[in-house]
Amino acid sequence: MLQINELHAGVENKDILKGVNLNINPGEVHAIMGPNGSGKSTLSSVIAGNENFEVTKGSIKFLDENISELGPEERAHRGIFLSFQYPVEIPGVSVTNFIKTAINENRKAQELEDMPASEMLKLIKSKADLLEIDRKFLSRSLNEGFSGGEKKRNEIFQMAMLDPKLAILDETDSGLDIDALKIVANGVNKLKNKDNAIIIITHYQRLLDHIVPDFVHVLIDGKIVKSGTKELAYELEAKGYDWIKEELVI
Amino acid sequence: MNLKDKLVSSYLAFDDHLEDESPIHEIRKKAILIFEEKGFPTKREEDWKYTSLKSILNKDYCVFPKGNKEVKFKKVRNYFLYDIDSYKLVFIDGVYSSFLSETTHEGLDVCLLSSALSKSKYKAVIENYYNKAASKNSISALNTAFAREGAYINIPKNKEVEKPIEIINFSTGNESALMIQPRNLIVIGENAHAQIIERHQSLTTNSVFTNSVTEVFAEKRAYLDYYKIQNDKENASLIDNTTIHQEQDSICKVHSFSLGGKLTRNNLNFIQNGEHCESTLKGITILKDKQHVDHNTLVKHNAPNCESHQDYKGLYADSSTGVFNGKVIVEKQAQKINAFQQNNNILIDDNATVNAKPQLEIFADDVKCSHGCTIGQFDKDALFYLRSRGIGLKEAQALLMYAFANTVLESVKIPELKRRVNKLIANKIGVNIGFDI
Repeated sequence: MLQINELHAGVENKDILKGVNLNINPGEVHAIMGPNGSGKSTLSSVIAGNENFEVTKGSIKFLDENISELGPEERAHRGIFLSFQYPVEIPGVSVTNFIKTAINENRKAQELEDMPASEMLKLIKSKADLLEIDRKFLSRSLNEGFSGGEKKRNEIFQMAMLDPKLAILDETDSGLDIDALKIVANGVNKLKNKDNAIIIITHYQRLLDHIVPDFVHVLIDGKIVKSGTKELAYELEAKGYDWIKEELVI
Repeated sequence: MNLKDKLVSSYLAFDDHLEDESPIHEIRKKAILIFEEKGFPTKREEDWKYTSLKSILNKDYCVFPKGNKEVKFKKVRNYFLYDIDSYKLVFIDGVYSSFLSETTHEGLDVCLLSSALSKSKYKAVIENYYNKAASKNSISALNTAFAREGAYINIPKNKEVEKPIEIINFSTGNESALMIQPRNLIVIGENAHAQIIERHQSLTTNSVFTNSVTEVFAEKRAYLDYYKIQNDKENASLIDNTTIHQEQDSICKVHSFSLGGKLTRNNLNFIQNGEHCESTLKGITILKDKQHVDHNTLVKHNAPNCESHQDYKGLYADSSTGVFNGKVIVEKQAQKINAFQQNNNILIDDNATVNAKPQLEIFADDVKCSHGCTIGQFDKDALFYLRSRGIGLKEAQALLMYAFANTVLESVKIPELKRRVNKLIANKIGVNIGFDI
């Protein structure tokens, strides 16, 4: 589904990603872990098409198409979704209006008519229920004055509505208390199926207790230096990242 | 002959037709002298530093249009906010159109300034208020000298006007270049409420130069919501001179939507004369091509325990230019004042320009005053966020414009007006995102 090959990317002549290789198949959950500043968020931004970063080398293929030159909205239309670490506040635009606009813009790209209002309402209701979001929340301005947990829950609500083929969850666990974490993880697990894939970007193994990864990759200094199964996450939790760095030196 | 000389000599001819005894005649004579002495303002004057009238003064304007042209309702209905259920004062090329208007004298006066100036039953009100609020600068004086027609609105004590009042000035393009000088007098009596919508609309691309003066008096506990829609054709220019005098406990709000026209200058003055007044000045400006809008505001706090809120948002595309010149004066006796001023601008293109100049003159020592001014581009992170959800670049920009304009829009009390402004924003940048906020 997603093939990343020797990817180099950065900002203003500063390389952040220095040759990332990653291969993701439908139905898989991959976790990408690593210390601060290792390039985890850059990787997710670059996959989603953030133009603040420049790809200098390598390629990103999604469903056998090179997407490196596509704008973020075109990638979204193909089924890529990024749950932001820091969702942006948009005052004056309600959660409902925002998601309606997003759904219909995606449908427009697929040359479909707007979703009928009744169908939209039903969909919103079922996905809001899935994430235990109440109605009042949906009429609030997007992310404005939301707590950290509300922002993250809202991101996963958008994911549920847009039903992407590849979802990247960037630090979705940060800012969540244990109850909210369970609700979010439960929501993600229900959305998971054999045809879609999930990338979880995180510091800690905490979220991985609830959304179990098939593969764990360690990103250090812009490269994936170690890959393994979920046991690797426990090892990292117990021992930190230094032992991997030492291994690298040797 | 330049426009100034033409106006001064036209006045002499006009003066011959006026009744000598009318007190208004004296006011006119004094006014034309002020204009004759000072002429049109130039960029050498501090208040006009960023706005040049040169490009509009070089036309050969018809100053006294015949105004016998009728306009079919069907042709102009879209310019009204309401088909029915509003009072309407409609002027075509500066002349009252009884056919399109809906006036009243039942419980309140919504009628013509020309009749108020000539009929004896309005004499006391005219003597009390006429030309008492208007600035004495040359451009207002020019209006005072020539003004014959406009809205006369007098809301008596305790009257809550149940319908909005629309004032619309159409120009038909009957003349290749037309100058009109509407004059409105509005008195909101003690504890009375009113909602007013004012619009200037050219029906062709012929040149129009409107120099309008509006005087508003809000008595004790009066409440006024005033909306100015400035979305005119590309060769229409407007100088709007509005002065609002507020007495104790009155609340007055002016929202200006400056979305079109060639050159628009808003001279908006609020004078607070009693305690516990609230003044709100808000504006949304969205310009493109070579359009120019200049917001020149003044809030004068003469009494203690009052508030003023200014919030102007501007979006500038192509080589459009904007000016925000906001002055707040707090007099020595005006303690415990809260005065806020906010002016935020987004430049969509590199050639667009904004000049912002906040001025605070504070002579009292126990006041809260603040002003903030920003000029920037669209937030890149916000654009990426919206686009990553499948929303195209233009649509994402439109959403951010809505969000940006929202602090102004949220206090608009007329849903239809809100809907239209939303639609205008979408039209401006050629997107259809199909929802109302």
